[in-house]
Amino acid sequence: MSHIWSMIAKRLALGLLTLFIVSLLIFGATELLPGDFAEEFLGQAATPETVAAIRRELGLDLPMHTRYIEWLTGVLQGDFGNSLSNRRPVIELISTRLGNTLFLALYAAAIAVPLSLMLGILAALFRNSFFDRFSNASALTSISFPEFFVAYILIFWLAGRGGMFPSMASFRGDPSMAEMLYRTFLPALTLTLVVTAHMMRMTRAAIINLLASPYIEMARLKGMKPMRVIVKHALPNALAPIINVIALNLAYLITGVVVVEVVFVFPGLGQLMVDSVAARDMPVVQAVALIFAAAYVLLNLTADVLATLSNPRLVHRR
Amino acid sequence: MGFLTGLFWFVVVIAGCMAAGWLFRTIAIAVTPKGVKKELRTAPLTASFGMLMIIIYIFVAIFAPLIAPFPERMVVGPEYMPWDQVHLLGTDNLGRDMLSRLIFGARNTVGIAFATTALAFLIGSILGLLAATVGGWLDQVLSRAVDVLMAIPALIFSLLLLTIFGTSVITLILVIAVIDSTRVFRLARSVALNIVVMDYIEAAKLRGEGLWRLITREILPNAMAPLVAEFGLRFCFVFLAISALSFLGLGLQPPMADWGSMVKENATLIAFGDITPLLPAVAIALLTVSVNFVVDWQLHRASGLKE
Amino acid sequence: MTEQNNGKPVLLTMKGLRIEGRSDETWSEIVHGIDLTLHKGEVLGLIGESGAGKSTVGLAAMGFTRDGCRISGGEIVFDGIDLMKASEATKRDLRGKRIAYVAQSAAASFNPAHKLMDQYCEAPVQHGVMGRNEAESDAVDLYRRMQLPEPDVIGFRYPHQVSGGQLQRAMTAMAMACRPDLIIFDEPTTALDVTTQIEVLAAIRNIVEQFDTAAIYITHDLAVVAQMADRIKVLLKGDEVEEADTRSMLSAPKEDYTKSLWAVRSHARAEQPPVAADKTPVVSVKNITAGYGAVDVLMNVNFDIHERRTVAVVGESGSGKSTTARVITGLLPPRQGEILFDGKVLPPDYRRRTRDQLRQAQMIYQMADTALNPKLRIRELIGRPAQMYLGLQGKALTDRIRNLLDLIELEPDDYIDRLPAELSGGQKQRIGIARALAAEPKFIICDEVTSALDQLVAEGILKLLDKLQTEFDLAYMFITHDLATVKAIADEVVVMKEGRVVEQGPKSEMFQPPHDPYTELLLSSVPEMDPDWLTDLLRERESG
Repeated sequence: MSHIWSMIAKRLALGLLTLFIVSLLIFGATELLPGDFAEEFLGQAATPETVAAIRRELGLDLPMHTRYIEWLTGVLQGDFGNSLSNRRPVIELISTRLGNTLFLALYAAAIAVPLSLMLGILAALFRNSFFDRFSNASALTSISFPEFFVAYILIFWLAGRGGMFPSMASFRGDPSMAEMLYRTFLPALTLTLVVTAHMMRMTRAAIINLLASPYIEMARLKGMKPMRVIVKHALPNALAPIINVIALNLAYLITGVVVVEVVFVFPGLGQLMVDSVAARDMPVVQAVALIFAAAYVLLNLTADVLATLSNPRLVHRR
Repeated sequence: MGFLTGLFWFVVVIAGCMAAGWLFRTIAIAVTPKGVKKELRTAPLTASFGMLMIIIYIFVAIFAPLIAPFPERMVVGPEYMPWDQVHLLGTDNLGRDMLSRLIFGARNTVGIAFATTALAFLIGSILGLLAATVGGWLDQVLSRAVDVLMAIPALIFSLLLLTIFGTSVITLILVIAVIDSTRVFRLARSVALNIVVMDYIEAAKLRGEGLWRLITREILPNAMAPLVAEFGLRFCFVFLAISALSFLGLGLQPPMADWGSMVKENATLIAFGDITPLLPAVAIALLTVSVNFVVDWQLHRASGLKE
Repeated sequence: MTEQNNGKPVLLTMKGLRIEGRSDETWSEIVHGIDLTLHKGEVLGLIGESGAGKSTVGLAAMGFTRDGCRISGGEIVFDGIDLMKASEATKRDLRGKRIAYVAQSAAASFNPAHKLMDQYCEAPVQHGVMGRNEAESDAVDLYRRMQLPEPDVIGFRYPHQVSGGQLQRAMTAMAMACRPDLIIFDEPTTALDVTTQIEVLAAIRNIVEQFDTAAIYITHDLAVVAQMADRIKVLLKGDEVEEADTRSMLSAPKEDYTKSLWAVRSHARAEQPPVAADKTPVVSVKNITAGYGAVDVLMNVNFDIHERRTVAVVGESGSGKSTTARVITGLLPPRQGEILFDGKVLPPDYRRRTRDQLRQAQMIYQMADTALNPKLRIRELIGRPAQMYLGLQGKALTDRIRNLLDLIELEPDDYIDRLPAELSGGQKQRIGIARALAAEPKFIICDEVTSALDQLVAEGILKLLDKLQTEFDLAYMFITHDLATVKAIADEVVVMKEGRVVEQGPKSEMFQPPHDPYTELLLSSVPEMDPDWLTDLLRERESG
């Protein structure tokens, strides 16, 4: 078993290295700008004094590597610097919003993952039936819809005149769990619809890809029932691609969150990022990008480790 | 009752689409040469409908100025006018003709998405094929670089880059093309890796063929089918990404007519039960659905899967 | 069902069985009315070349068709149960319990995600024949009877942890789990090396006899079926050719097709005069040691190949024969040693060889399917080397291509603009030969060129290669695992095992004793057409 742990350790180290390079990239991106960021940021309002102030704020007067080390040590201690637009510490802006975004993403994932796995397995079992064709066509359709379209349709349909659900997902004070789930139902449903289709299609495809394998034929020739053939014989071998697709979609939830948060005016990280990009508030954009990237790297890492553990050829060597 | 009427219209629309697809396929089979005919016969109704829609979009995009009743940016009346005889779809938040902007939007949004995808493909597939064919350190360097770039979610990465470079059409195209080319690279490389291990590639190498001929004559023809399908899928992704950015106010900038920003600008109407602002979104969805239907058909054919 | 044979009742009957297959959305018949009767405890051999429909018929005995096939007519009755009318549930209940199946590739037919024991116990437990614990102890017993090593623990390994020959025996044990009345063996030893094949054949025959199980044994190898079957049925393109008991079928086949199958192995290359001692060999392999990573796959390999001579390099999988070819072509530069061509040293890496050096040594591959670019037409496939090496253009090039097609006996007008997909397996292999010839080489490496082909087609390829050798003074290096092919084409033989040459010399010496012990094992393991061969051999090995 030791080789499997060393494999996982290597993957972990690689993940950390990737994260480090990503942090370099996110930080260094400002350097790509031809000319001076401070002047660009201020535009018409640029006077020598204001430019100098901004440059000091961002530390642009220091050499790049010093700034990077300072920024990184700050980040590691939870200090992302101050926002350019309102001078407040970035960490203050982020902390509550991060919780909200995670809540929404988990809410959607909790519905989407089991639902899509189940639908995918059923579609593979009843392949070429009406159910399969219908779910395939609707999956293709929903993949093709922009998130904001899905969101607005849901608003139009479920929140408009009848008003079963609120179209604004903002909440003040300290709402109860049930209240939160109710208020964020529409954004969570939007995200679910957006990712379920893809996961379902890929689960179906991963299973169907294996159905031509000799060992599946063998299982049928041993007289096993169709459901058992799929669940016991195909599914365990399809785990690696399915895990990867789930990770990919959970990661996609993070990006999808941005648009959905804007539509539903949800106080999350995505909303914050969009506002900051419009204001070119560099420290905030950097911080949020780093958090999103870290979540992304972490998800892929987990998926890789799980996929490795699901493969007996890697776990039990000769 | 609302639900039943909704369902009724839903069924009518689907049936109409399928009928249009069937009609298009019948006509297309009648007028095209023999080789194409055989291909078209295998097209399901969804794909036929998709092809019809794609042709319509291309037509509208090319002839936008001739079709549109009013210029793209002209204010023609008061804000938020309802649908009437002159302004078939009413006016927008600044009093511009909605239908005209929708038509010009086809040109801007689709055109820019197409240019971006083409650029992403040029970069991604050339590097991907090269990496797989040459192998060694070149492959290592390119693959690791792509791994790192792909570790940042695409939308977040483009937001970051747009903050830095600002939002103009050119930067938008470049930023999204570069980010998307990483995905194309991955696919082109993995497709080519499966081809490079074939005996006929070994035979060509042992014959002493140069790199250029190896890629263009031996590898590319065999990689074409998955790459073309990927082009369709990538186009959808790029198209949706640009629309999302525009919707967030960070993509194509006003007064340019663009479907993503048109939804955003007029979104207030939705709460009043007016569906006009959703029309640009429908236009986006219809095109991506169409492309996806066609790609799905082609992938299904290429894989030869009977199931 | 009162018909009797040696007092044994009928187990399975098929009457006028017709099966259709789908290609390009249309159905066409692939099995045209087969009749078959099998008695309890009897072994029937089904033989035929690829496309004969033997696997399809075998699976139909279980009421099963592969995707894209359907039974379109006839009747199948198993022990009084009409499988054409039986419900899916009834057929499921038979499969694995009363009729079992042993597939060609055990490595692919065991589920990689589960241990052997779990897969063994699945059928008995799911069919309610016995409980899990009973099934496990039964498995150990059967593993022991199948002479598997460590029968107590081998069941707790995953398929990838067990060798091919052992997996094939474990699969036979699994088929036996519910003590079925009938087992379908679908080419169970085709993927194995000859020395392993013997062990598996012996174990299968042994266990079928012990439990008095009826079997349908499907294979393309006559000598193998002669050891296993009581009766033999010959199929050709979905039709029955003839059926008889094994001994009379072997001694007196009635139909021409059967006779031609029997006669295949008669081609033998004429004896060549010995090579003059002072003649420079075309290719000299000198002290080659080579490998991948840290592992040496070849150790100190030496041999020469002369003009107009064929050297057969023989060995089982993993013996290093293909690696030797990779070293000669320069795809794998050796760690030590060198390759001489006409007495001059060749650069070890093909990228450093001159165009003329590349031209002189050509290669023909085992799988013509992957050796020809599927998107190029014949014109370009065989025209390219002529254009590249000899600078032919326009009409001269077309003439050369037509001339090459004539040489490989394909009608130029008909074939010049075809794609590889529009050719049969044998024709593809001929194009591979034409591509090698187009370079006008002195030396050709033939890597298992006939092993993917049916016997009659392979025979044609060997004759063609023989003819071309005389015509163009070619030197051949012939890589093969099949000793019949060696007999047919070689002048000299090099026997390899685990990266070393264990014996080499002229063909006449190789097939006469005394041998190196490994050569002896290899030679004695090749099945012969004599139904008593396996029995005699096992007795001999036991006593010796």
